[in-house]
Amino acid sequence: MKQKRIMAVASGAVLALGMTACSGGSTTSTATSGSSVAGQNAGVNKVFQPSTVKGGTLRYGLAGDWDSLDPGDTYYGYSFNFVRNYGRTLVVFKSAPGVAGTKLIPDLAKTLGVPSDNAKTWTYKLRDGLKYEDGTPITSADIKYAVARQLDKDTFPNGPTYFNDFLKDVPAGYSVYKDKNLADLKSIETPDPKTIVFHLNKTFSGFDYFAQLPATVPVPVAKDTGAKYKEHVVSSGPYMFDTVQVGKKYTLKRNPNYDPTTDPDSGRLALANNLNVEVGLNAADIDNRLMAGDLDVDVAGSGVQAAAQGKILSNPALKAKTDSAVSQRTWFSVLNPDVPPLNNIECRKAVLLAADKTGYQRAYGGATGGDIATSLLPPVIPGHVAMDLYGAKTNPTGDIAGAKAALAKCGQPNGFATNISYRAERPKEKATAESLQQSLAKVGIALTIKPYPQGDYFKLYAGKPDFAKTNKLGIMVYGWGADWPDGFGFLSQIVDSRTIRASGNTNLGIKIPAVDAALDKALATTDAAARNVIWGDIDKMVMENAAVLPGIWSKGLLFRPANLTNVFVNDGFSMYDYTALGTTKK
Amino acid sequence: MLTYIIRRLIGAVILLFVVSAVVFSIFFLVPRLGGATSDDLASRYVGKSAGAEQIHQTAVKLGFTDPIYVQYGRFAKGIVVGQDYNYGPAVEHCPAPCLGYSFITQNPVLPDLLDRLPVTLSLAAGASIIWLVAGVSTGVISALRRGSWLDRSSMTVALAGVSLPIFFTGLLSLSIFSYGLGWTAPGGANPMDATNPLDWAYTMILPWITLAFLFAASYARLTRAGMLETMNEDYIRTARAKGLRERDVVIRHGLRAALTPILTIFGLDLGLLLGGAILTETTFSLPGLGQYAVQAITNNDLPKVLGVTLLGAVFIIMANLVVDLLYAVVDPRVRTQ
Amino acid sequence: MSTNTTPQLGDPAVRPGIEGFLQVKDLRVHFPTDDGVVKSVDGLSFNLERGETLGIVGESGSGKSVTSLSIMGLHPPGTAKISGQVVLNGDSLVGASPEHIRKLRGKKMAMIFQDPLSAMHPYYTVGQQIIEAYRIHNRVSKQIARKHAIDMLDRVGIPQPSSRVDDYPHQFSGGMRQRAMIAMALSCDPELLIADEPTTALDVTVQAQILDLIRDLQQEFNSAVIIITHDLGVVAELADDILVMYAGRGVEYATAHEIFTAPQHPYTWGLLGSMPRLDRERTERLRPIQGTPPSLINVPSGCPFHPRCTYAELNGGASETDRPEFVEISPRHFLACHLSERDRQRVWDNDIKPTL
Repeated sequence: MKQKRIMAVASGAVLALGMTACSGGSTTSTATSGSSVAGQNAGVNKVFQPSTVKGGTLRYGLAGDWDSLDPGDTYYGYSFNFVRNYGRTLVVFKSAPGVAGTKLIPDLAKTLGVPSDNAKTWTYKLRDGLKYEDGTPITSADIKYAVARQLDKDTFPNGPTYFNDFLKDVPAGYSVYKDKNLADLKSIETPDPKTIVFHLNKTFSGFDYFAQLPATVPVPVAKDTGAKYKEHVVSSGPYMFDTVQVGKKYTLKRNPNYDPTTDPDSGRLALANNLNVEVGLNAADIDNRLMAGDLDVDVAGSGVQAAAQGKILSNPALKAKTDSAVSQRTWFSVLNPDVPPLNNIECRKAVLLAADKTGYQRAYGGATGGDIATSLLPPVIPGHVAMDLYGAKTNPTGDIAGAKAALAKCGQPNGFATNISYRAERPKEKATAESLQQSLAKVGIALTIKPYPQGDYFKLYAGKPDFAKTNKLGIMVYGWGADWPDGFGFLSQIVDSRTIRASGNTNLGIKIPAVDAALDKALATTDAAARNVIWGDIDKMVMENAAVLPGIWSKGLLFRPANLTNVFVNDGFSMYDYTALGTTKK
Repeated sequence: MLTYIIRRLIGAVILLFVVSAVVFSIFFLVPRLGGATSDDLASRYVGKSAGAEQIHQTAVKLGFTDPIYVQYGRFAKGIVVGQDYNYGPAVEHCPAPCLGYSFITQNPVLPDLLDRLPVTLSLAAGASIIWLVAGVSTGVISALRRGSWLDRSSMTVALAGVSLPIFFTGLLSLSIFSYGLGWTAPGGANPMDATNPLDWAYTMILPWITLAFLFAASYARLTRAGMLETMNEDYIRTARAKGLRERDVVIRHGLRAALTPILTIFGLDLGLLLGGAILTETTFSLPGLGQYAVQAITNNDLPKVLGVTLLGAVFIIMANLVVDLLYAVVDPRVRTQ
Repeated sequence: MSTNTTPQLGDPAVRPGIEGFLQVKDLRVHFPTDDGVVKSVDGLSFNLERGETLGIVGESGSGKSVTSLSIMGLHPPGTAKISGQVVLNGDSLVGASPEHIRKLRGKKMAMIFQDPLSAMHPYYTVGQQIIEAYRIHNRVSKQIARKHAIDMLDRVGIPQPSSRVDDYPHQFSGGMRQRAMIAMALSCDPELLIADEPTTALDVTVQAQILDLIRDLQQEFNSAVIIITHDLGVVAELADDILVMYAGRGVEYATAHEIFTAPQHPYTWGLLGSMPRLDRERTERLRPIQGTPPSLINVPSGCPFHPRCTYAELNGGASETDRPEFVEISPRHFLACHLSERDRQRVWDNDIKPTL
């Protein structure tokens, strides 16, 4: 007991010291809610150490490497976050803590997109005074060029294909390097240097989400060097590239031709004078450097490694410097309606009731790994409605009685047998399968565990309906993350039954006609608020249908070095906002 | 002698082609044996949401749809004549010897290799000198004071050095010396960014010592064993009988003879190390050939893998050749052939 | 110096106790080991003059090589416990500092070894090794040393010395190699030369050449020579005096002539009798000494030869209990044996002499 008291006093003292140290560093508070009180999750839903003090160098580190610095050729979440430093898009996620960061606001454009023709046409008008790093003006033609060039997936294979899929009449194999004056791309019009119009091949209410993609970062034609452009991307943002050593180090300095008065809404602060990014680092070393104060940010933004996590969670002083960032990802399992007796909704409900939700959570590392999910849609997605149809909160270890009742109703009072598949290389999925095997056995549901290689999981096994049916894959362990926090990004590829094909599916077996209809409706609803309600409805329908067993909404444990100012988790990216950070180190 | 060298060089060139053919085969044949199509191979090099058509396009662009001998021929031709590459707005010519373009970054491989080589050279050069000096001197002293506490403790330390994995000792030393005490440079520091030799040494001192610790250990044991053997030879007794100082007996007569196998092993170790000290570079985040190799393999980036493998093979072949030649220089009994 | 001079009675130079160039008095060399103390040399005394050759004869394990290594101080420090006296031209060697003895090695006393191929460093040329030997004790330039090396090679009879000086030991034939080793040993004009089995590794035809060479060089340099061998034929050629060793002790010492014509010790009789002879009956050609050499850790009590001696019982048990003293039984003839003069004479005349 004495030891506990000593520990408490000690950690209290450390916290107090930490607080005084921190409060010594900040200056004026900004309008956003925030404080300098250090502590766990001080940067979640609020700003930690708000500051407007400029100066210093921010030191970023990454264990892998960018897929590409070229905004037209990148698809990583951290890249979407960081690109806002050297590129401006038509619209952008607001740089603000928590859910405020999931709001789209105009960046290069004066307002959000104006839909017409039943949301098949979208028009944007640009602000005045927009310039590149060399002072040349940014025009709508540059944005058209930027979007057009990244349609060429030969030269730019990495980026998303949303524009390829939604723009009207894009010729096959289109490339700006073959069509130099863009004559063949009729779907994008630039009637004047400040106006750009997109024509889509179907109604799509969420086009603003496409407009925030880095694909709309303007590219000057004269400076476009194709696959080599990533060696010096011409900046339209507050920072420009100083040196680029691919695979090693990137440095950025202030862009003298960035005019903050043309950027009043985004929340970009550009506090630091320089940004240094080291790539190719050792992941464990990154964590050590963060904790030693030798590095400021782990660019990947998914949290510390297991070794550091153990160290941090057992040390109150370190724990006080962490933020738990909820991601746009749910780990869940699909209940296959093609495999009897799971074609009966009551049998599916039995699975949902009997499953041990805490065991699912434990498989992903316990509370640090994520929160127990009560539905499919993650909480950060606008439109998420809290619901708990199967007692995940009230009976987290499983409702045996309820499950048995459901089994009786579906004609399997003593349970049944089926197979559960998972991706062999993922130990957490294996632990999930084993946990479910244990908990479902309590009501007589016998699961046989079937691992499959993740490289072909979707092409040959779980993602191939015939295979899944023949091999009685009744439960398929899975997970999904959105490209951006929006219902369309999260749901469309996993609940739309019309995307199901012979193989290579991302929807492993959700076939609910009402959901398909709701999706179509959402795509046509241009009012964002109304649209978001529909996402919540779809989530409810999926859960009422007992189509999936939700597992956890995953979280990352981010470490927050003491010298960082203006630190907060932006739910638009589920990591620290890389355009708001500053540093007290000069 | 000259004909011998020429014969070896020709053999080396043939060997390099064999190595490249083997790497090629592993890369292409093994997945095909598992039933993968060229589109399946191409799906590794596209973005997350690539459709079937984009994947097929990539397969064509990267040449997977051609038969394997055509692909290899293209690669071989690139080495001999060079290659043309369309990067979008224009076509650039990659002069011979062209090692191709990375599937992932679309950058030419050879300039990458040459850019990273100085880092690996820095690591190898410094570490090898340290381990040679430390290992050999420890071994000599241990042999001369065989059975003493000095001998026993240094051999125990040597055992530790050989047994402890470098990613453990490396991360530990970084924690203690770089982040704890601040004496040495942090991980990720690029030695070639240094502006003067002192800075360069400061960046590299911790990786040098960590890597050298591993090798010095085995060299100490080797030298000790070699010295114990040579110091029992008759010519040592003769040297003493001539009235030579003991120091000269040990070094000029004993060590000189014991060193021959050490030098041959040294040459081979150095050759291997120049191909990329993978574990050290990854632990210390050094942007050298080893790190490059790891990234290439993880990303299934064949041109990079081929490039690194071939460069490594060149170093090993050269090291073998030099060591064989040196052996004749060092041991006159070998020369008469 | 010829080999068949009859030594004069009363020649002061060869009596123990009287000053000589090399004096060894009661030398004992013991090696402490885990199994016990190995008494390799256990009380050895002899004298040697410049210009004279002493042959030390005995089986393997009799202590001959250990004696020479002890004189040269070539036992690693701490391994051997040496007691007794070794005086080289007035310089006492036992108990002297290792550094002092090191300076004498090569300069005042030199040694040549049995196998010249293993005894010379394979990586250095013969010239380099001779030059090294020379420059340890003489501060001269490399060129002068090289010239001296070529001279030495010429002196030992190696043809084309100026080109062979740059050859490696493995490039010489066995005999030439031994000559080169002799050249190296004599490069500093040592006063004492110890030759440890110098011809054992060579062909018989080459043997004679090497022995001739040693004799000629001894005359030229007036050095004292100790030749150690197990081969009586070699000492017959070369030695003025012969010391027979057994179990680390001297058992008989006399002029070569006397050893061959009037040996007094049963062991010497056995040695002479064991030399293969073609003029004997076929079944009798090989006559080894019965028994095996004794352990030097557990040396037999009394006379160490007694277990193998046919005549031990003639001494009434003294052979088992008392160690025989090494005494002068006639001028310049020393013996360690319990047999009485009469018994010895009788046995020699009746049993031994007719058979040799």
